[in-house]
Amino acid sequence: MDKIKPSAIEQENQGKELSFVTVMGRDQKGIVARVSTVLYKHEINIEDISQKVMRNNFVMIMMVDFRESPSDLEDVKAELNKIAEEMGLAIQIQHEALFKAMHRV
Amino acid sequence: MTINVQEVFETVRMTLYQNFDIRTATLGINLKDCIHSDFSKFCEQVYQRIRPAAERLVREVGKLEILYGVPITNKRISVTPVSLIMETHAEPEKFLEMAKTLERAAGDAGIDFIGGFGALVQKGMTRSDRALIESLPEVLSQTGRVCGFLNLGSTVAGLNMDAVIALGPILKEIAHKSGNGIGCAKFGAFVNAPEDNPFMAGAFHGVGEPDFSINVGISGPGVVRDVVAANKDCDLTGLSEIIKRTVFKITRAGELIGRGLAKRLEVPFGIVDISLASTTAAGDSVAAVLEAMGIERVGAHGSTLAVALMMDAVKKGGAMASANVGGLSGTFIPVSEDDRMTAAALEGALSLDKLEAMTSVCAVGMDMFAVPGDTPPEKVSAIIADELSIGVINNKTTAVRVIIIPGTKPGDAVDYGGLLGKVPVMAVNKFSSADFIKRGGRMPSPVTSMRN
Repeated sequence: MDKIKPSAIEQENQGKELSFVTVMGRDQKGIVARVSTVLYKHEINIEDISQKVMRNNFVMIMMVDFRESPSDLEDVKAELNKIAEEMGLAIQIQHEALFKAMHRV
Repeated sequence: MTINVQEVFETVRMTLYQNFDIRTATLGINLKDCIHSDFSKFCEQVYQRIRPAAERLVREVGKLEILYGVPITNKRISVTPVSLIMETHAEPEKFLEMAKTLERAAGDAGIDFIGGFGALVQKGMTRSDRALIESLPEVLSQTGRVCGFLNLGSTVAGLNMDAVIALGPILKEIAHKSGNGIGCAKFGAFVNAPEDNPFMAGAFHGVGEPDFSINVGISGPGVVRDVVAANKDCDLTGLSEIIKRTVFKITRAGELIGRGLAKRLEVPFGIVDISLASTTAAGDSVAAVLEAMGIERVGAHGSTLAVALMMDAVKKGGAMASANVGGLSGTFIPVSEDDRMTAAALEGALSLDKLEAMTSVCAVGMDMFAVPGDTPPEKVSAIIADELSIGVINNKTTAVRVIIIPGTKPGDAVDYGGLLGKVPVMAVNKFSSADFIKRGGRMPSPVTSMRN
């Protein structure tokens, strides 16, 4: 599969390619460490992190820029899924354009 | 413009826990320029047109699923109505051959359903239309991916009752030839059929369409159900508002993904179909939305109002979200494919009469319901004629997908598994209208069609 890159309509952030990594589940040691290790390995920059407890869920959201990443998103996803499985979490990575489309008029 | 944690959380919850998906990405393909006097060459050209395009669709959809983390559940193909391209080869055996070509092209590309094996006969039938109708029992029993349709009427043409009469025995033959009636699940009888509908069984690539177009069907009954269930005390105006806001969001996601897909495939973007479509997955049910509103079982008095309110709110939210709303954009209330609908039919809450009433306030039609195998053909035609007359008079699309299951009686249920689910057999009215139906001819177009 070719490297998955967003098309022009999905890029509005001065060349940044932003996605949200969302981690949901039980709070435990090592979540941030393990997720950020994967991101670092793939040269994905973390722009912002926030976390909250919502509806009894621990929710951590990272805004990441994968502009400089040479990796295929599919591989990043597979590694995050592995962490999710081992730690009993749900981890999603979704392009920022989706959130903008859904939550901004 | 930053997105806050609650907003991210809401979207992620939709995909993880509420079965939010893009229900279908359907690539419409024009086949008119594949026509050839040499029939085998004609079939080869059709195959070569469809297969590479379909493979590309499957590939690009896979990439978008990864980019957005939203499942795009079905990848489908619709083609020019087959009776149109077969005018110079109008023999039932050749129609079967063409259907097998479509089957092979779709199968080799990894596509589960290909739509367009049908005809536009709202005003009358050509020789080719007749041959296609005649070929339906063989086609739908010998292929697994090919879907058929007929447009039997329209608000401007009226209702072609001669074709409706012809369809009764054809459907019985389809049921008989395909054993347990499953062939009927791949055929829809329409009026006012949209030319850009992405949903099977009625999808086709209309004559006014470009060479290719990408049409997207959103989904999300699970998402709508959850917001309705979380707002137990609001009045109907409030209910309409919350449904509207939710549908706005899911339509925007559909539009984004549809546009992204069109761009990657280098084809024009067609429409977003905002129909809510159930699946057999628990909670992914339109009937469950109605139950969350306070209807104990679908079919109870009040159900028609509930559908009307929901559908109106869906349209308002969708229209705000996208200027490209099209296709059916109603809501599907299939009796199978939706576990709460199935339960309502089996428990006696939902009758065929109530189902018909609910479709008049903007559901797409009477979908995926079964009748006993001994239902006379003219009664099948009468059920279809009733539903289609609602569409003709009210200037809306209506459709019938009726499954006739040999050897069954009302109260029985047949489990087809997978996408189709369990189909309950429903009682038909025991009195006859055969003498009325057999008059044939054409129901004239209604006076409301004279708008010029």
